[in-house]
Amino acid sequence: MVEKKEHELIVSVSPHIKGEESVSRIMWSVNLALLPAFLMSLYYFGPRALLVTLLCIGAAVASEYIIQKSLKKDVTVSDGSAFLTGLLLGMNLPPGVPFYIPIVGSVVAIVITKQLFGGLGYNIFNPALIGRAFLLISWPKAMTIWSESTAAFVGLDAKTTATPLGILKEEGLGKLIEMFGDKINLYTQLFVGNRAGSLGETSVIALLLGAAYLLYRGYITWHIPLSFLATVGVLAWIFGGKSGLFTGDPLIHLLSGGLMLGAFFMATDYVTCPTVRKGQIIFGIGCGAITILIRLKGGFPEGVMFAILLMNCFAPMIDRSVKTKQFGAIKETKK
Amino acid sequence: MDFNKLFELVVSASLINNFVFTRFLGLCIFFGVTRKMETAIGMSITFVSVMVISATLSWLVFENIMIPLDITFLKIIVFIGIIATFVQSADTIMKKVSPTMYYKLGVYLALITTNCITLAVPLIHAGEGYTLIESIAFGLGSGLGFALALVIMASIREKLELAEVPAPFKGLPISFIVAGLIALAFTGFSGLITL
Repeated sequence: MVEKKEHELIVSVSPHIKGEESVSRIMWSVNLALLPAFLMSLYYFGPRALLVTLLCIGAAVASEYIIQKSLKKDVTVSDGSAFLTGLLLGMNLPPGVPFYIPIVGSVVAIVITKQLFGGLGYNIFNPALIGRAFLLISWPKAMTIWSESTAAFVGLDAKTTATPLGILKEEGLGKLIEMFGDKINLYTQLFVGNRAGSLGETSVIALLLGAAYLLYRGYITWHIPLSFLATVGVLAWIFGGKSGLFTGDPLIHLLSGGLMLGAFFMATDYVTCPTVRKGQIIFGIGCGAITILIRLKGGFPEGVMFAILLMNCFAPMIDRSVKTKQFGAIKETKK
Repeated sequence: MDFNKLFELVVSASLINNFVFTRFLGLCIFFGVTRKMETAIGMSITFVSVMVISATLSWLVFENIMIPLDITFLKIIVFIGIIATFVQSADTIMKKVSPTMYYKLGVYLALITTNCITLAVPLIHAGEGYTLIESIAFGLGSGLGFALALVIMASIREKLELAEVPAPFKGLPISFIVAGLIALAFTGFSGLITL
């Protein structure tokens, strides 16, 4: 629908202003905004990161092309949305996955989650996240082998280790501080991204850079990311501590895991989040609450992915309930 | 009475072991009434109340009649009988006492008689040996979980009305795919409470 409208001639009264925004422009901007985080992943995880990400992107674009051809629809691979799905999926995978995993994930993301629902604009769930959730359930072992970040071009073999959130869950904050030296060093390393984790999620500073660009361009608004991050921070502070309420460490929860990537680049997906501002704030709060619930009490160390997917289920309902009333409308009374 | 245990039972029956998304029960009603939000809400209200009452009734019969007489091997037939009798009599009584309410919710009562969740809940009590309060909590949790599933699904399906779904997948097939994807999202809750 949207693609067609771009070329339609809309007749209206003057004066006319031609907007510069289009689907492909926004999509490629988001891809551009992810570039710093991608470069950081190359720096820390080496050629393997490049290979995994390229496989994801290639498989996503190819399956979009094939399915659109076979359904006899207009082929829209050049608008960058399949490229973005592939890139996001790649950034969500651990560095050492076998090479069939990115391909399966991309096919699930594009074919099942997006094209079966009618293509861009109609999907209920975020394609990249469904792809990742599918992979995590299907190959739980391969999807949770994390390797230590090294300045990869030195040529050392990567050592496998747990992610900071995994260590926090299994052995507590003390062990984590011991590993990184002191608290300040821990925060700095998390902020720069020198830690084990999915390819693109580690470097907070690179993700924030990209997010700042998107916010500046007005492609995303502050509502979802801010309410998401604030909820995680506050709840981590209240419930995260071992020695009672209000002793948790919010910073470590904010800086680790896929939170920054999720909050700025995946929860804000136009299609799968509520469209009304008030609804977006509810959406963000829900994402944050489920994230912390899974991180602190659940069976998985990281909950951002499931939180966003679960809130995707609720998004149509949120939209219904915060819909603004028409001026002067009265509630319909039933007989 | 351990309040935490009850709370855990409700949460576990409604979210973690949601009947629709993790045990795949009650799918006929789930797909049958979720085409519109209005029917989904009507069904949810009726279903929760039926669940709580039938859980209580079947517990009473199981503990007070079937165990003393040592006829627990008959539990499937007996539970079906109890539920069918209760739902049908509720149907008749409601028609007499409150025709307005019958007009709104009566349709759903007939459907519930043959729902598999209403049978699964008493069978699970019998297997786990819950106390009366626990089995009421479990019935309530299962009902609420089913209601949640109905409402989510109805809101998604109403949105999908506008989507350009490929022709072979229109209607029911895409709904099955949606249900599968929601189930995938619900695996995130696994391991939250271990009972």
